[in-house]
Amino acid sequence: MISPGLAIPLSLAVPLAGFIAVWLLDKAPNLREAATLITGAVLLALTVMVFMAVGEGERPGYVLFNVIGDLPIAFSAEPLGAMFAVIASGLWLVNSIYSIGYMRGHHEKHQTRFYMCFAIAIASAMGVAYAANLFTLFVFYEVLTLSTFPLVTHKGDDAARAGGRVYLGVLMGTSIGLFLPAIVWIYAIAGGADFTPGGLLRTHVEDAGPVAWILLGLFAFGVGKAALMPAHPWLPNAMVAPTPVSAFLHAVAVVKAGVFSILKIVVYIFGIDFLKETGAATPYMWIAAVSILLASAIAMHKDNLKARLAYSTVSQLAYVTLGAMLATQMGVMGGAMQIAAHALGKMTLFMCAGAIMVGAHKTLVSELRGLGRTMPVTFGAFFLGAMSIVGLPPLAGSWPKFFLMIGAADAHELAIIGVLIISSILNVVYLLSIPIQAFYMAPETNERGRAAGLNEGDEKRSGVDWGHLHEAPLLCVLPPVITAVGALLLFFFADPLYQYLSPLMEAR
Amino acid sequence: MNALMSQLPVLPIVMPFIAGALTLLLPKGRPAWAWATFFSWLTFAACATLLATVAASGSISYHMGDWAPPIGIEYRIDLANALVLALVSGVAATVFPFAFESVKSEVDERQTPFFYAMMLICLTGMLGVTITGDAFNVFVFLEISSLSTYALVAMGARADRRALTAAFNYLVMGTLGATFFVIGLGLLYQATGTLNMADMHMKLVGHDNRVVEAGFAFILVGMGLKLAMFPMHVWMPGAYGYAPSAVSAFIAATATKVAVYVLIRFFYSIFGADFGFMQDAFHYVLMPLGIIGMFAASLVAVFQSDVKRMLAYSSVGQIGYMLLGISFGTKAGLTASIVHLVNHGLMKGALFMAVACVVLRFGDHHCSTFTGLARRMPFTAAAFLISGLSLIGVPVTIGFVSKWYLLQASFDAGFPWAAFLIVLSSLIALLYIGRVIELMFREPPKDAAAVKEAPLSMLIPMWILVAANVYFGVRTELTAGLAERAADALMSAAGAR
Amino acid sequence: MTDALQFVIDRYNYWIVIVLMMLGLYIVISRGNLVKKIVGLNIFQTSVFILYISMGKIAGGTAPIILGGHGDEGHGAEQAGHAAETAQAAQASALHADPSAMPDAPAANDLAAAAASSEPSTAGEAAGALHAAPSANDALAAAPQAHGFDIADPAAGSAPHAADVVHQAAEIIYSNPLPHVLILTAIVVGVATTAVGLALAVRIREAYGTIEEDELEAADDIAEFGHDFSAEPQAGAGA
Repeated sequence: MISPGLAIPLSLAVPLAGFIAVWLLDKAPNLREAATLITGAVLLALTVMVFMAVGEGERPGYVLFNVIGDLPIAFSAEPLGAMFAVIASGLWLVNSIYSIGYMRGHHEKHQTRFYMCFAIAIASAMGVAYAANLFTLFVFYEVLTLSTFPLVTHKGDDAARAGGRVYLGVLMGTSIGLFLPAIVWIYAIAGGADFTPGGLLRTHVEDAGPVAWILLGLFAFGVGKAALMPAHPWLPNAMVAPTPVSAFLHAVAVVKAGVFSILKIVVYIFGIDFLKETGAATPYMWIAAVSILLASAIAMHKDNLKARLAYSTVSQLAYVTLGAMLATQMGVMGGAMQIAAHALGKMTLFMCAGAIMVGAHKTLVSELRGLGRTMPVTFGAFFLGAMSIVGLPPLAGSWPKFFLMIGAADAHELAIIGVLIISSILNVVYLLSIPIQAFYMAPETNERGRAAGLNEGDEKRSGVDWGHLHEAPLLCVLPPVITAVGALLLFFFADPLYQYLSPLMEAR
Repeated sequence: MNALMSQLPVLPIVMPFIAGALTLLLPKGRPAWAWATFFSWLTFAACATLLATVAASGSISYHMGDWAPPIGIEYRIDLANALVLALVSGVAATVFPFAFESVKSEVDERQTPFFYAMMLICLTGMLGVTITGDAFNVFVFLEISSLSTYALVAMGARADRRALTAAFNYLVMGTLGATFFVIGLGLLYQATGTLNMADMHMKLVGHDNRVVEAGFAFILVGMGLKLAMFPMHVWMPGAYGYAPSAVSAFIAATATKVAVYVLIRFFYSIFGADFGFMQDAFHYVLMPLGIIGMFAASLVAVFQSDVKRMLAYSSVGQIGYMLLGISFGTKAGLTASIVHLVNHGLMKGALFMAVACVVLRFGDHHCSTFTGLARRMPFTAAAFLISGLSLIGVPVTIGFVSKWYLLQASFDAGFPWAAFLIVLSSLIALLYIGRVIELMFREPPKDAAAVKEAPLSMLIPMWILVAANVYFGVRTELTAGLAERAADALMSAAGAR
Repeated sequence: MTDALQFVIDRYNYWIVIVLMMLGLYIVISRGNLVKKIVGLNIFQTSVFILYISMGKIAGGTAPIILGGHGDEGHGAEQAGHAAETAQAAQASALHADPSAMPDAPAANDLAAAAASSEPSTAGEAAGALHAAPSANDALAAAPQAHGFDIADPAAGSAPHAADVVHQAAEIIYSNPLPHVLILTAIVVGVATTAVGLALAVRIREAYGTIEEDELEAADDIAEFGHDFSAEPQAGAGA
């Protein structure tokens, strides 16, 4: 049996082994995909093992070697990281299944390169999740940016190139320009960069106090992956990528690595008490609130489905940042749960968008009217995902909203509760309207219907005629259903998760 | 063996010097190259042994001809110059084997013995500048290396006649710089009556007068010209741009680094931190010029259409980082400077080598030549990619290590704003390197002509440097660890806080 | 007024150096002809040669050749003679002497130190600072006569013969040969530079047919852009 301490480096090594396997199996697509899936399954097993161990109170760690001075590449699992690792690896497995269906259904080129970059990306996401200090976090954060760049620009056309430029420009610009100096600054103040329960800076209040708001700002915007406005333009631009990339990277790995980093930095570097005392987080809390509303407003104007989902993501990510910046125990809990809930919900939505694109070749929201009758499974999953994002019970997304509101009340910021309510209403308008239109409105009876591969006869029949359904391939439809069910289940198992994450709230 | 070990410090000078002279007698082409390469490896072995010895058991003092130091010439090797010795000879040991194919296509075959002789003499000069503990000796060796560099740059005339004017400009500027340096030395000699660096330092303590001050200023300007400090850099793009590619790779990785080393040596081993004017020079000369160089030169690089000139301007900007590091006047700053000095040598060497591979196959180093390179010369393109990322400062490369130390030094010295200027200017590097990378990887080739990958004799040395770029990016004991100790020794010898 | 004039006249060698230096630098910068640039470079370097030479010269001093007594065979004498030959002048050895090696002769060293630091402190006489060092030389030239015995090599104590040699040598004023030797090296470097520069000028002439800088630039512009940017700016503005 592998010890949890060893499982951590292995969860980085396994995707790298998968990377090599995929490379070697370039000529045999079936074996190549099998290699990816096996890697995903092994990785999931490893992360679950670490997850269980952390739940039992262990803090498995692994130190690779010192890189700069006494700063090592070191890993240490704690509840937040272990949870993120399980979510990322679990969804990677689901996504790999989906990618196979999508990439083959869509006849994409350079599929080997695609899976290779995916493997590196998941390895670096694991590195981010288990990082024991800021330095390690930053290293893997940058590797994640670079390894996803070929994925974003996968299509290789002008639009992909332009999107890729913005993607790399914003992410590298913020991380090198703001994140890195902030890390070095912390290192200069505290003489270390380890994530410490209760906050690394707690013991350096007199040095860090006056500059706390600058440091926090450097992190809030420097972690560009958290897409806090105005550092968000990379996210909509990254939507030029194939949908599995958007689904996985921009619903799970990349953006979650961003907000996860923010949350981890707030909890383990600054410490909730430190922020509460200095009040340094308040301006960023308001920026996050504005980001929530503004991104929702923009999302309403987007007709392109993926663009709408992208702005919805910007808005939802700001929930996590908001939770962190509330600087209350419940706020942090809300943020942490939002990471899990939003990953499931948004993953579902993106995969549904991909399924619609593969099955019906539609990308615009206005074209989806009545499509629910021919693609009921897809839109059913979409409906559940959207409900979760909005925050309606009985779906996972309702808990984080609940905890965030409690956190806002604890912080005596009643206006924030108002922001959360308005945001949910906006979500209803721009997300829930999509499946409702698809199910209840009559399909358009013009050329667009034919372009989707439907003939005149199909449109006259009612939606219950299962024989004439036109779903995407099974591999494209099954994964969103899995995640949607996951979102449903998480609602009922929120208490174990709460108990699991509760060490985050202890200020030692 | 023991006798050899006791003469070890002089071997890096004597071996390439004599070998260089003998190269002229060899037949043209391969024999001359093989001979030069062999001696470059021997020299590297000697320098590496020196570094290991110095790292293990402290500095070495070698007395030329057994004359005791203040009168005789002393070779004094401590960690600071052992590191630079290892860098220079290490780059030489990779560039020499690399040069064969490149030189064959760019330099007249009849000239090859002269070419390799010049390369060896140039190596001798740079190692001599680094190793010597005698101030006037620095000038002599500096001119030995510079004169051979002028000739080497001019050898690019076969491909582009502008190499001649570039070499001439370099000659004029370089000679002015060297002469300024000699004036400064003369003034220091007047003030102290000695030329031995250590002795000079002893005699200068507490003598903060105008003679010393003027000497300092002359040396600063002279070396500023040699190391392409920002407004004195105009010779550099031409010289690096039109020299034969192998020469560009060699001198870009070493020549300016040696000049920076001399500056550090004079600042800390001769003047020392208790001179008031040093602080003034740091804060009112080096820091502003370093910062302006970082930005101005990098911005100019963005708009270059020629990759070699782009890299040359980038070098001017990178030297700005080293000057900035020195200008903090702290141990951390000095460490950062030395770390970046070594690291920048490695990354620029690798970058210029990649360009040399492209020149070999296409005969051109214009940006558009790089279009679609990833499909035609994947290994060359990958080498350029990795060393380019290193230049930007991406983690797991040496560029990141440099950035880290520089940032740490600027926070440590109480200049947090400098940290932001450093990262801001490295984002400009993202622009100019990213432009080429995008051309290589994201565009299809311009024409369908079949192009072979560069030969193995070029790929292997290049990838050794690229591997060094990554290896020293994750294991920093050899670079940063030693640099820290070297800075410590320099600072404590200089009597600083 | 006469003081100021005297001040200037006393340092005539430095004025020559400065004038030559600026002249050379000006020629390098302002002349477009490559050969003229090299001429300027040579004048510039020559000024430095003169700086070094005049710095080693001592009024009334002779060439540093040891007179008499070189036949002594004693071991100590050999050592002392060795030192004398190396430094070739007593005053040079005073300059180089290691303080710790001469516990009984601090005077000469202190003198050197004092002379180096004895610059006029008033701003008005700032230029005098440049002269402080030469005056140190003068002082040291005098030193051997005053403390001839003291500045001899430590070996002198054990070898009276050697002391005699040095004593005799010390009674004669020598010029400091070291700067002269240094500048010999610099002259060689200068000659080599001139040779390389001229060779380059010849090659440029072969490649371009001209050695005028503006014509070279124009030729490069035409080769690269097909248009001469420097020529007739008025015409360009009109169009």
